[in-house]
Amino acid sequence: MIVNSIERGIVIDHITAGTGNRILDYLKIDTKKNTIAFIMNATSKKHGRKDLIKIENVTDVDLTVLGLLDPNATVNIIENGKIVKKINLELPKTVTNVIKCKNPRCVTSVERNAPHIFHLMDAQTREYRCEYCDEIVSMKNE
Amino acid sequence: MLKGKSILEPMDMTTAELEEIFDLADEIIANPPRFAHACDGKLLATLFYEPSTRTRFSFEAAMLRLGGQVIGFSEPNSSSVAKGESIADTIRTIACYADIAVMRHPKEGAPRVAANSTDMPVINAGDGGHQHPTQTLTDLLTIRRRKGGFENLTVGLCGDLKFGRTVHSLIKALSRYAGVKFVLISPEELRVPDYVRRGVLEANNIPFREVKKMQEVLPELDVLYMTRVQRERFFNEDDYIRLKDRYILDAEKMQLANENMMVLHPLPRVNEIAVEVDSDPRALYFEQAKNGMFVRMALIMKLLGIEVE
Ligand SMILES: [Zn+2]
Repeated sequence: MIVNSIERGIVIDHITAGTGNRILDYLKIDTKKNTIAFIMNATSKKHGRKDLIKIENVTDVDLTVLGLLDPNATVNIIENGKIVKKINLELPKTVTNVIKCKNPRCVTSVERNAPHIFHLMDAQTREYRCEYCDEIVSMKNE
Repeated sequence: MLKGKSILEPMDMTTAELEEIFDLADEIIANPPRFAHACDGKLLATLFYEPSTRTRFSFEAAMLRLGGQVIGFSEPNSSSVAKGESIADTIRTIACYADIAVMRHPKEGAPRVAANSTDMPVINAGDGGHQHPTQTLTDLLTIRRRKGGFENLTVGLCGDLKFGRTVHSLIKALSRYAGVKFVLISPEELRVPDYVRRGVLEANNIPFREVKKMQEVLPELDVLYMTRVQRERFFNEDDYIRLKDRYILDAEKMQLANENMMVLHPLPRVNEIAVEVDSDPRALYFEQAKNGMFVRMALIMKLLGIEVE
């Protein structure tokens, strides 16, 4: 499948197959306003199957969120049809208001304005721990 | 440095800081009048979003015995909380009047929200089934005063090891000392949760055994920590009745224990320690309750950065 390259924007490549949907969801890119190419299950020499997202005219996305969802993805920033920047993602140490705590006994269930903060506990299992109640969530895809 | 810090869980304090607190508590116990005016002019706010008379009295007595004053509420219905004020706003308002605050709340992490919203020190006095650091300080001080330290102790914990947060905190705190061994005495259904077994004991290679009978292990214990099986933790009344009388410490069993074994209990007890044990010199749970006030006195002084000549 061929999707034309973009003049200006961002290419998120080598996304673990099946994760692309979640990434679009979390990045809160307005799918009505922006031109987006989203390829699922493309074949990749390196990874077997992968997802790929191209967003036109957007060059700043939340890299923390991307690192959290798929630290193996790569990000290329495109200007004038050329790659001007390649970004390697990292698992963030702390994320604020990305993961919601699901523990019904957690204070965040009653304190509406408290930010939902999670800290990296184990990079291998990509497990994060709630700042308040220590509830653990894994960000790894099943 | 403890000054200005909030204490939300026992691991917020280094072992060196714990020693500092216990040293001061020992000094206070040795000579209470010397500290009777240590906190003159200081104000402690006790914010109890759920009732706990025992813990609140212990904190209030601690502050009053240091010469300080106390304000607060003991049931949320009577306060601005009932009008829906957030924890963050409540603590910011209280910080205008008070120097230090103690919070008890049914929701896990509520004192953390408070501590994140103010520079005033906040002490967690119990947040749901989560943490209760001053109970752990009490337990540790009582052990230290009798055993001189924590190294090489064999500690038995008995009863509800699944839901008992004091048990989890104590295991975590003691796991930092060399040579400590645990014997976990409970029915299958009430064993320590995975995060304690895997996350604390196995992760730090700490020797532990899980047994069902108390009698066989009593001779080897330096400390026996008894807990109560709480009705409110069970969905099923039959399960509660079946498990609650499983472990009752009585005079006969005490004969099996060594002569220096300490019996501790966070109180209140129901029937897991027979009243006849109270007169045994190894029964230290009332001394433990008294130490609770002294260790809170020491903690308040440290967090306020107050020293006495
Ligand atoms: Zn939480």
